[in-house]
Amino acid sequence: MTPVNSLEVEQLAYAYPDGTQALFGVDLSIARGERVALLGPNGAGKTTLVMHLNGILTAGHGSVTVAGTPVRKDTLKEIRQRVGLVFQDPDDQLFMPTVRDDVAFGPANAGLRGEELDRVVKDALDRVGMLAAADRPPHHLSFGQRRRVAVATVLAMAPEILVLDEPSSNLDPAARRELAEILRSLEVTVLMVTHDLPYAMELCERALILSGGVIAADGPTRELLSDADLLAAHRLELPYGFAIPAV
Amino acid sequence: MGAGHHHRLYRPGDSVVHRLPPQCKLLAVLAFAVVVVATPRERFWAFAGYAVLLMAVAAVARVPAAYVLRRMAIELPFVVFAFLIPIIGMGERTTVLGVSLSVPGLWAAWNILAKATLGVIASVLLAATTEPRAILVGAQRLRLPSLLVQIAMFMLRYLDVIVDEMRRMRVARESRGFEARDFRQVPVIARSAGALFIRSYERGERVHLAMLSRGYSGQMPIIQDMSASVKQWGAALALPAVALAVLGLAL
Repeated sequence: MTPVNSLEVEQLAYAYPDGTQALFGVDLSIARGERVALLGPNGAGKTTLVMHLNGILTAGHGSVTVAGTPVRKDTLKEIRQRVGLVFQDPDDQLFMPTVRDDVAFGPANAGLRGEELDRVVKDALDRVGMLAAADRPPHHLSFGQRRRVAVATVLAMAPEILVLDEPSSNLDPAARRELAEILRSLEVTVLMVTHDLPYAMELCERALILSGGVIAADGPTRELLSDADLLAAHRLELPYGFAIPAV
Repeated sequence: MGAGHHHRLYRPGDSVVHRLPPQCKLLAVLAFAVVVVATPRERFWAFAGYAVLLMAVAAVARVPAAYVLRRMAIELPFVVFAFLIPIIGMGERTTVLGVSLSVPGLWAAWNILAKATLGVIASVLLAATTEPRAILVGAQRLRLPSLLVQIAMFMLRYLDVIVDEMRRMRVARESRGFEARDFRQVPVIARSAGALFIRSYERGERVHLAMLSRGYSGQMPIIQDMSASVKQWGAALALPAVALAVLGLAL
């Protein structure tokens, strides 16, 4: 028996209610434990794809399967526990009055109470190095700290796959490096949606390019980013002065 | 950000009053207000008794009188209204310092002033000894409509975010030479308010998605179990109980 993939997307197509077609048949699979970057220019359909992964949008055509469980109306509760979505703006994700309450929100919805809940919350905050801020209100934290707490809120649900939307946006260089260290230390499947190519290079072995609503390329990040023509064809560019480091 | 960690109405402390579970304090203040409102306005001694009771609570909670007085500024509009009633009131009239005043109006003004002041002091003491979020947890425990509690909770969380957004919009306006001098600038401010509303609405949608992503199903989960002991209920409800006794004596 082949091991079950963390994420399996087959022929996924989606059009918004106003008729704009965003996805035209996306195929991808991510094995357990992989860290994969999903690259693409603005408007390529990245966010639309992400919204399908935990059933916020439901597939117009095709299917999404998380660890063997198909995303359907009747499996939503289970799916949302398995797919941890980290939003781009931590203020959208941290809606409770304190960091502790926020991290506890997901597990409490799943039915955890008392000491067990406490342990899960402490563990998640510890993994992102934010345990000391447990009793503070989120709006008193720095942006980088808020993003780390946002990661913790999702980790507390012990997800099968962590999906990060533009994790490096608005971070200063130190916060960016700290987040990278945290992400590397987590033993969980990661799908990182970004157009920050060096960050993808740093963290992910494998990358996908989503362009025009389909997967245009799939391969080792180093190879994709070395192919200037491929990048140019999909409105992706390495930042000025950046060269792929030699192996 | 030291001081900013607490809401500006909250006064951190470790008194008996601070430590009481929020639901007890909420119910105590509510019951106290009912007793005050139910007191006939002619019973001056009862009102004096209530005032002494609140002073005792303030002393136990170590909330200084000056602090309470400053917070009472919120009552000012009602005070102005109360002063107007005797002047514009009808019926039998009397003359005080050369001004003709309505007697029923004077009674009505006294009634409003005395009861509102006692109610405001009780609320100020509640806010000074209970963190805003704890008050909401208390409201949740008292089974107040969960939708209202959730709305209040989000207001508490996002007020700063929205005020910050408002500030950024003001900076953006002023960086381009805008100055709000008189009424002709109102349309610009109104459009900014509209934009702010739309931004907040869109944020609301994103927050809802984030909640759904973590298993939200219409009810806020109970995260802290803040159940109150019989002793704590007894301590909190002593306030309305004594007030009721005062009322009984005055009648």
